[in-house]
Amino acid sequence: MSAPAPATTRHVEVAATASWTHRLRRLGVWLAAGALLLALPHVVRNPVAVPVMNQMGIAVVFALSYNMLLGQGGMLSFGHAVYFGLGGFIAAHVLNLAGPGGLYLPVPVLPLVGGLGGLLFAALFGSFSTRRAGTVFAMISLGVGELIAASSLIFDGFFGGEEGVTTNRTRAPLLLGLEFTTDRQVYYLIAGWALVAAALMYSFSRTPVGRMANAVRDNAERAEFVGYSARWVRFVSFCAAGFFAGVAGGLFAINYEILTAENLGLNASGAVLLMTYIGGIGYFVGPILGAVVFTFLQSMLSDYTGIWLLYLGIMFLATVLFVPAGLAGLIAMHLPAWRAGRLRTLAAPYALTALVALVTAAGVIGLLELVHFVVSTSPSRTTMRLFWMTVPARTLAPWLGFAAAAAAGALGVRWAAPRAAAAFAAASRPPGAP
Amino acid sequence: MTPAIELVDVHKDFGGTPIIRGVSLAIEAGTRQALIGPNGAGKSTLFNLITGKHAVSRGRIRLKGEDITGLRPYAINRRGLSRSFQVTNIFPWLSVLENVRCSVLWALGYRYSFWQRVERARDVQERADAVLEQLNLTARRHVPAGVLSYAEQRALEIGITIAGGADVILLDEPTSGMSRSETEQVVQLIREVTAGKTLVMVEHDMSVVFDLADRIAVLVYGEVIAHDTPERIRASAAVQEAYLGVPQTTG
Repeated sequence: MSAPAPATTRHVEVAATASWTHRLRRLGVWLAAGALLLALPHVVRNPVAVPVMNQMGIAVVFALSYNMLLGQGGMLSFGHAVYFGLGGFIAAHVLNLAGPGGLYLPVPVLPLVGGLGGLLFAALFGSFSTRRAGTVFAMISLGVGELIAASSLIFDGFFGGEEGVTTNRTRAPLLLGLEFTTDRQVYYLIAGWALVAAALMYSFSRTPVGRMANAVRDNAERAEFVGYSARWVRFVSFCAAGFFAGVAGGLFAINYEILTAENLGLNASGAVLLMTYIGGIGYFVGPILGAVVFTFLQSMLSDYTGIWLLYLGIMFLATVLFVPAGLAGLIAMHLPAWRAGRLRTLAAPYALTALVALVTAAGVIGLLELVHFVVSTSPSRTTMRLFWMTVPARTLAPWLGFAAAAAAGALGVRWAAPRAAAAFAAASRPPGAP
Repeated sequence: MTPAIELVDVHKDFGGTPIIRGVSLAIEAGTRQALIGPNGAGKSTLFNLITGKHAVSRGRIRLKGEDITGLRPYAINRRGLSRSFQVTNIFPWLSVLENVRCSVLWALGYRYSFWQRVERARDVQERADAVLEQLNLTARRHVPAGVLSYAEQRALEIGITIAGGADVILLDEPTSGMSRSETEQVVQLIREVTAGKTLVMVEHDMSVVFDLADRIAVLVYGEVIAHDTPERIRASAAVQEAYLGVPQTTG
């Protein structure tokens, strides 16, 4: 979608007034979110849905914590999984100490242990990395990430070597008789923690130090001239982000009962950056959307294709190039049209653009899958399944066909997208304007 | 009486080039003073030294009798000194209201609090509303500061500077790039918001200088060559020669 995003809608925090209606409405949003989370496992009947939703919940907390750095604090981190992973490892070890005759530590409080672990290491590494923002911060975060990844190969006792650290949530003492044997029971634990963590992170963004994190992001120099040390503001944000990343790590330890070095490596740090950015770093709900969509695609795509990571990469590129405000930004920029009651005028031009875009995507995907098939299977196999078809991959016809679809679709997009953009502009005009 | 700002033999060089060459200057509390001088005389550098943006090479700076030499900008701001910038220096993605709120938080004692909500802090709200009213920006409170008009941004620049209630205010060319009528409004605003405070401003518009200043310091090539009342500055032969040589600028 190439509708123009007004640059100024990014990052703009519309100040909320403290009026009662406002507060009630906000409370309503949280209550609705809670009700939705309670109802979800009853609505979605697919048996594989619950594990995927658990994964989503963990990703939501992790991505929200990441956006405390990137979106709200202007700190681009390439090593945020360090705090997720270390929090998770600590939670796993503590869970292994719990049990009959051991530590009294029921499963529901374990994410707090992970959070404290994340906080501890965030305070340690944040003490020097938050001195500067920008490139320096990004480089240090990369360095710390590499350092911890390398340490995971050295300190076998803590990181468990290649097998990682396994644990067992059913050995922990029960709190109020709550058992966590099935995925569904764990779902409610994750949903509860995700809701509380999201509410706390939202609250953080409205506190003095949370507002100043935005100010330091915008203009660190000016923040220092109104009395705030930019470094301290970044440090407090960094610690909070580390804490909530650790909470997510603790939830991961409960859900999967295993942590490996992969969980704190560069790939995991990259994934949280991708999902947060795709969702939209300028909006509080952005990382939530991003985590849900990213996890969904990750779990669905990996069932269908071996090159799903490539598609996620393409999606990230497309976001950066065409929708830098992310999914949340895409929704937010349609609010004026929605308020003016003109959303319906967009349906036809958008549908047309989506159709030609789908044709392009199908062509590109077909070509990529053909390449993948040809280079990764033995020459004796000549046919592959692709889009509900059996395709003779080693003949010219399918290649030409998909290339034609990609080219035709691209031409179609060039024709349709400006029309969709024009329709968007017309629909977004304030009522009464010519 | 203790001067609001006192510079004692302040030197600054950048890479061996002397920019400020031994400035000693006392600004009496409660006065409005202007710092004038030709381009490149070191006026903005002097501001940057006083406010902690740059460290002095030699010399001492005192604020209300306390030595502030070498302190970071935030530490100096907390002692009651606030400044504006020649090039507009606001929080562009935050709303106008947020810009002002952020500038009052420390002064009202909220520090690095992560357990209070800003929008529930009544004192923050009241102070911010009052400042917006003074700036005539109440109607624009929810607009991102980056999309304000130039004149509005300059007003916000002053608002951010004074919102915290500092009693020593440094304004760096507050009227630069403004039309005559906009300049008059800003002068009126400056007069209002600095009532009873100490003001030092760098200004090129001589009508503004002679309109507002109780005393004028003339900086030429990193040295203060005169510091006196507007009448005597106007009459001074040395100043005439060094700076005010062009008659029409004395307006």
